[in-house]
Amino acid sequence: MSRPRALVLQAPGTNRDHDAVFALELAGADARIASLLDLADDDSPLLDAQLLVVAGGFSHADALGAGRMFALSLEHRFGDRVRAFVAAGKPVIGICNGFQTLVRAGLLPGALGHNASGGFQCEWVTLEPQQSVCVWTQDIESIDCPIAHGEGRYVHPDVAALEAAGQVALRYRRNPNGSASDIAGVCDPTGIVLGLMPHPENHVIARQHPHHVRGAGGGLGLQLFQRGVERAGAV
Amino acid sequence: MREVDRLTVRTLEPDPRSAALLDSARLLGFDDLAAIDVADVYFVAGALDEQVRSQLGDVLVDPLLQLGSWGDPSADGSDDGTVIEAALLPGVTDSVAATVIEVAATLGLTVDDAATGRRYVVRTSTGRALDESERERLATRLLSNAVIERVALGTIEPAFAHASTPAPVEHVEVRGLDDTALAALNRERGMALDPAELRVIADWFELAGRAPTDVELETLAQTWSEHCAHKTFRARVVLPDGSERPSLLARLREATERIDAPFVRSAFVGNAGIVSFWPGTTIAVKAETHNHPSAIEPFGGANTGVGGVIRDVMGAAHHPIATTDVLCFGPSDLAHEFLPPGVIHPQLVREGVVAGVADYGNKIGLPTVAGAVLYDPGYTANPLVFCGCIGVGLDVPPPAGPYPGDLVVVLGGRTGRDGLRGATFSSATMDATTGDVAGASVQIGDPITEKLLIDLLRDAGGCWSAITDCGAGGLSSAIGEMAEQTGADVDLALAPLKYPGLSPWEIWLSEAQERMVVAVPPASLPELARHARRHGVELTVLGTFTGDGVLRVRHGDVLVLELATDFLHDGRPQRSMPAELPSPRRNGAVPACPDPAAALLSLLAHPNIASKEAIIRRYDHEIRGTTVVRPLVGAGNDAPADGVVLAEPSGKVGIAIGHGVNPWYGVADPERMAHAVVDEALRNVVAVGADPAQVAIMDNFSWGDPRRPSTFGELVVTVDAICESSIAHGAPFVSGKDSLNNEYLGSDGERHSVPPTLVITAVAHVPDADLVVTPDLKAVGDELVLIGATSTEFGGSHLGAVLGGFDDPRDGTVPGPDARAPERYRRLHQAILTGRIRACHDLSEGGLAVALAEMAIGGRLGVDAPSLPHEDEVVALFAESTGRFVVELAPGDHEWLAESLGESVLVLGTVTATSVVRIGSCSVSLEAAMAAFGADGATWQPADATGGAR
Repeated sequence: MSRPRALVLQAPGTNRDHDAVFALELAGADARIASLLDLADDDSPLLDAQLLVVAGGFSHADALGAGRMFALSLEHRFGDRVRAFVAAGKPVIGICNGFQTLVRAGLLPGALGHNASGGFQCEWVTLEPQQSVCVWTQDIESIDCPIAHGEGRYVHPDVAALEAAGQVALRYRRNPNGSASDIAGVCDPTGIVLGLMPHPENHVIARQHPHHVRGAGGGLGLQLFQRGVERAGAV
Repeated sequence: MREVDRLTVRTLEPDPRSAALLDSARLLGFDDLAAIDVADVYFVAGALDEQVRSQLGDVLVDPLLQLGSWGDPSADGSDDGTVIEAALLPGVTDSVAATVIEVAATLGLTVDDAATGRRYVVRTSTGRALDESERERLATRLLSNAVIERVALGTIEPAFAHASTPAPVEHVEVRGLDDTALAALNRERGMALDPAELRVIADWFELAGRAPTDVELETLAQTWSEHCAHKTFRARVVLPDGSERPSLLARLREATERIDAPFVRSAFVGNAGIVSFWPGTTIAVKAETHNHPSAIEPFGGANTGVGGVIRDVMGAAHHPIATTDVLCFGPSDLAHEFLPPGVIHPQLVREGVVAGVADYGNKIGLPTVAGAVLYDPGYTANPLVFCGCIGVGLDVPPPAGPYPGDLVVVLGGRTGRDGLRGATFSSATMDATTGDVAGASVQIGDPITEKLLIDLLRDAGGCWSAITDCGAGGLSSAIGEMAEQTGADVDLALAPLKYPGLSPWEIWLSEAQERMVVAVPPASLPELARHARRHGVELTVLGTFTGDGVLRVRHGDVLVLELATDFLHDGRPQRSMPAELPSPRRNGAVPACPDPAAALLSLLAHPNIASKEAIIRRYDHEIRGTTVVRPLVGAGNDAPADGVVLAEPSGKVGIAIGHGVNPWYGVADPERMAHAVVDEALRNVVAVGADPAQVAIMDNFSWGDPRRPSTFGELVVTVDAICESSIAHGAPFVSGKDSLNNEYLGSDGERHSVPPTLVITAVAHVPDADLVVTPDLKAVGDELVLIGATSTEFGGSHLGAVLGGFDDPRDGTVPGPDARAPERYRRLHQAILTGRIRACHDLSEGGLAVALAEMAIGGRLGVDAPSLPHEDEVVALFAESTGRFVVELAPGDHEWLAESLGESVLVLGTVTATSVVRIGSCSVSLEAAMAAFGADGATWQPADATGGAR
């Protein structure tokens, strides 16, 4: 079976695109990076892709709020093609700045405000997949991975409704940033589009775990990419 | 007058900036403030109708998080307090405003210009209004920085950069001037040159038969500045008996040549040192200081310090993979009445510097991994910011150009009036007015532009024959250095500007950030241009490398500089500098310590030893997925690591980074400090699993004014000692930098120097990243074993510091070098490779007691150590003798270790489950140790919390 084609999308300031590529390749995909500038020249990588990652970083330096300008460019230039991608059932994931971008582009619900601590935080968290419609998180017990963000406090006016719709995909075991109802990741109503603040792409081999040297481990973030790649191959 | 609209945006939830500002206001003596509300302000120039406002507002305001209002900000009655607004000075980099313009363009809206600002509403708890002097103090000392911002008591009017008329080139007569007149000219133009140098310049133009242009004088002043020319390190050393010896730089080079390590590819030349620890890969290392800019604008100074050192690595044709930082501040709790005039409060300096380091590193996407934070009153007026960067490249011969005919190409950011005269500024002494006059010397970084440059250079390797970065001195320095062998002819009128109206000397000297200069064979230009377009990087051809050995700079039709490159680079007369060598006391003083347990807790709580977690967590140290040993380790992720280790997830090998720094030793005994600091850097990398036979080191000096013979003498003995130490360990220097004149001329007329501060950075090969070791204790019942010898060494010790110190800070004996250390480290490394060393921690500030307490905190386990290495318990617990480690071993393994090391070791005791740290008669609870250290216990536990013994 051929490896599903994954596209990692970046804007000026995206900086975890290569980390995402490494995770995708390890999960069995053929991954490539394209910027919005590249796609403006030639959008075939987007049309050909079976899986889309909007990677983390500081697109446009977080000017005007994280993901704002990336979302605006994405929506204005490629809104139709991205919506068609989702409508075709091809999986999409937005990680950290990618999550902020998808929320601001209207592809995911809610908003992401400044962390309750007031500043950027880099630390590890444990993620607990919830009962949800999300295709990315099915049958995963838990994930350990780092957060690295300043604007990751999830805000939603009606968490109960979101929960009832099966869109709360991931919760923090210990809430690091004041997110509503410990929410770390949400999906769209179809479960095809996932957004999350933490970085599963930075825990894809055992050695990356902070307690590896203490004999602990498990909870690879790789699992998430494996689910996505499986799904991409099945569409 | 153009039409300008304003949009004021507040957060719905309390703005996190407000609480931080309120805390800081207290430090400035404002005790009765109830709130400092913050809002962001966008100014948009152009005729905006209701629909345009609405469309822009939809993007600029997130209704779930924010509230926006157009027009008069006081209309909603939210300013029932003192209103203060701040906005950037015209010409200061404002990437947010640029994004507003980009938003408008994307939406197809017409706006003429944009600017940003901040609005503060200050309320007192009693409702009293602030008086004028209070408003002024708050506005200028806390809410804005005059170096980059304007402030208004009330509503501020935006300022846009206007086109000004460039001043024509000026001819400055130097011919026939006597020394007094030259000195006056030197002062007037802020050139920071000495009389002999001025004389040489005057004579050169005498011979040339013409007066220099302002461009030429500025170029010479900056090329010959201490910052660029390292005049002190290149000076002949004159000893008190009149004898002379070679320069300090020559001494350092000689040490590296003598070691002749096979892994060194390039040392002391170019932008960075280059080594190769494994086939096919080279590693570029560089550490820089950005002290003066950080003193007057902490955020921008530190921000551009990080950006600059990353460009150094890019300028060595390497791809950056990590950054480091060592920061020295005055005491955070300094009472504001003791703050010298014109000096920013140490806590605000720290806030700004940490935010600046975090902003650049996090945004450019490099892990900020290793570092240190030091506090001493000597850094109050002169904070120190050491920034380091590591990069990787292919082990191929570096491009050897430029060749005659290659094009002079500038890549990246545009040129503005940023940072003019930064090189000469950093070579001068600070005083109360420095912040006022140095305004133009500080810039704000734009990490995204530099990120795009990194990506471009990674993809476009092979398109250029030489590369360098624009740092201090800007194009003048970059092109001047590249053209040293060939000469060049460039036209400044071609340089892309941020705003029109720059004079030729301003374009030539501007230190606008995020620019690289490359020499490009004409045939390669189209390919480079294609890559540049793809990455959104601006590319401009400024001229050609010629081959006639003359540097010619034009501005359109006007020739503004014509200097022989050999005069520019080699014309400076070598200095001879007198040195008075220090005579350290080295006596046996021991601090009186009646209560060792209390002393241990005081040490753990001392700012230099206590947890740096609040700072470290603001840096992304996870990006790239390569960080294997993090700066914080252990069961609670809150114990300090010795060094850090980076390893590509696809590979087996790694790179360890460690630091050594101890200015308190430097005050008492610079020579021993130097030995101790090299040893500490080595210990830090060996402790995590690096091979001591494959370590490269960097030296960074921050000192006072070396024209004082006693200060220069400190440098002389320090350099001698680090060379001896480097040779003893077989660890060559590959790069270094000195920042001198870190002094403040107080209003008392006294000069206040920083303590002698030497930072040694060790970069080392880790043969197996799966066999790294951390200091946190792993399992109950394990043996704790001390390696190395303990002596009565308390000079500059932290025990002395927490007990009030000796009457004279030079008392005691600073820890001396241990001749057995190099052999010990090699053997310890072999022992680590067996996997039998379960934890390893180096002993430094606070000695054995602090090391064991940190290991206990890391493992959340107890320690019972009845056997001590010295009959005097205070010596055993707290002496800071070098060459020592504590290791954790499986029960009974100490005999194996002693045999492996070829020397006796001391079994101190065991790891316990008691939650008590007991060392001799000194006993503290783990809880008390954690509280003192600042490990709060509220920590993440992994999903599979079955960790423990392996």
